[in-house]
Amino acid sequence: MNVVITGLGATTPLGGDVPSTWEAALAGKSGVRTLDNDWAEKYGVPVTFAGQLAVRPEDVLARPEIKRMDPSAQMAIVATREAWADAGMPEVDPERLGSVVSSGIGGVWTLLTAWDTVKERGAARVLPLTVPMLMPNSPTAYVSLELGARAGAHAPVSACASGAEAIGMGYEMIMSGRADVVVAGGTEAAIHPLPISAFAAMQALSKRNDDPAGASRPYDVSRDGFVLGEGAGVVVLESEEFAKARGARIYGRVLGLGMTADAHHIAAPEPNGAGQTRAMQLALERAGLTPRDVSHVNAHATSTPVGDMIEARGIRGLLGAHADEVLLSATKSMTGHLLGGAGAVESVFTIKALETRTAPPTINVTEPDPELQVDLVRDTPRALPSTGDLAAINNSFGFGGHNVALVFGTA
Amino acid sequence: MAISESDVLAGLAEIVAEETGIDAAEVESAKSFTDDLDIDSLSMMTIVTLAEEKFDVRIPDEEVKNLVTVGDAVAYIANNS
Repeated sequence: MNVVITGLGATTPLGGDVPSTWEAALAGKSGVRTLDNDWAEKYGVPVTFAGQLAVRPEDVLARPEIKRMDPSAQMAIVATREAWADAGMPEVDPERLGSVVSSGIGGVWTLLTAWDTVKERGAARVLPLTVPMLMPNSPTAYVSLELGARAGAHAPVSACASGAEAIGMGYEMIMSGRADVVVAGGTEAAIHPLPISAFAAMQALSKRNDDPAGASRPYDVSRDGFVLGEGAGVVVLESEEFAKARGARIYGRVLGLGMTADAHHIAAPEPNGAGQTRAMQLALERAGLTPRDVSHVNAHATSTPVGDMIEARGIRGLLGAHADEVLLSATKSMTGHLLGGAGAVESVFTIKALETRTAPPTINVTEPDPELQVDLVRDTPRALPSTGDLAAINNSFGFGGHNVALVFGTA
Repeated sequence: MAISESDVLAGLAEIVAEETGIDAAEVESAKSFTDDLDIDSLSMMTIVTLAEEKFDVRIPDEEVKNLVTVGDAVAYIANNS
């Protein structure tokens, strides 16, 4: 059994769809901007910028859809519609079609706005759709409803690894014979004063308020934390047999999946990155590949002082001297960190990189960390080998010690 | 302060349109919320909650089942606000 990718969808701080997002990424643009609100003055929120969507869901969805869905589900639906159309709207038995769309945090806007309503206007004013809007499985449920997907609707939650875990679970659904087609991805809409305050309380966020576009700088010596972003990414996965039978255009393949847990600390990664490296190793083994087969890595690299180098050392340790020939990209430098959406949007980037044989740039690296021993793509895109089968790793790690590595291959 | 039935109908139609996407002009007094407008119970409760706030009226849960048509809701709101 082989799993192929036949559709891509995204809405990100760089663009409202995959073509505009990819074009902006290749151009090395930043989607991070100052927030247009009074949270700093009103509540003392210490970070005043974020990776905000380039196109608001309100501008593309019908008004009742906006009223019924949390922003996290709205973004998932925007990305799903693009991916499904991109795949040519496969005709598939509903019982052989699955949805796996995750969020790291869930309907935080709905939850906290409803609590404001209780406090300010009383319990009787809480709207009856509040529960189906705030539940973290709401995006996958709406995707299932949208497409009539009845093989199963899942939403594995693993903080910032959620989107990658969802794609991994979609791959497993097809590999295990539960489905022929799975719509999989991740979404997050957490640019709200409470999550910003809470991440800032952990000292996890960059505080570069005077330079938002330069704040997300993975591997740079002056990196000072991640930049919160929002958005969604969705891929259409199919068994190769099913995709070929319907004559689908194939972007690439899911070759392997590795998932491990650190069991070390609730938020800090294990310092020598053993769990992260083991996830990459397992994913390569499952793909039947060796480290020498890897051409490109889309790193988790969130721009935190500690996390970036733990991952980079793990990549170097796994790939050895071959790391000098692997093109490393940290696309969070442009999008910010989409939490539960990150692994999915970065999977889209990885698949596009393989399809176009072009590794996207990492921006804002003015002085690379002297410890970095992988070939980092800086400022402008670089070409991957122009012939032969290529393989790339997309890493995603989450608070809680969740490590997910996906291996993708060219079509 | 009493509100005229025509003002209630216009305001209610606005809520229904906003929540369900049904054209406000389709929200007519003789129409049933469930049979004609195809509004499910959760949407109905949403409309009720929003109407309570808009018209400053209390619509008890046990009363909602009696509001079969748009006209029933308009009359109840106009008589109780």
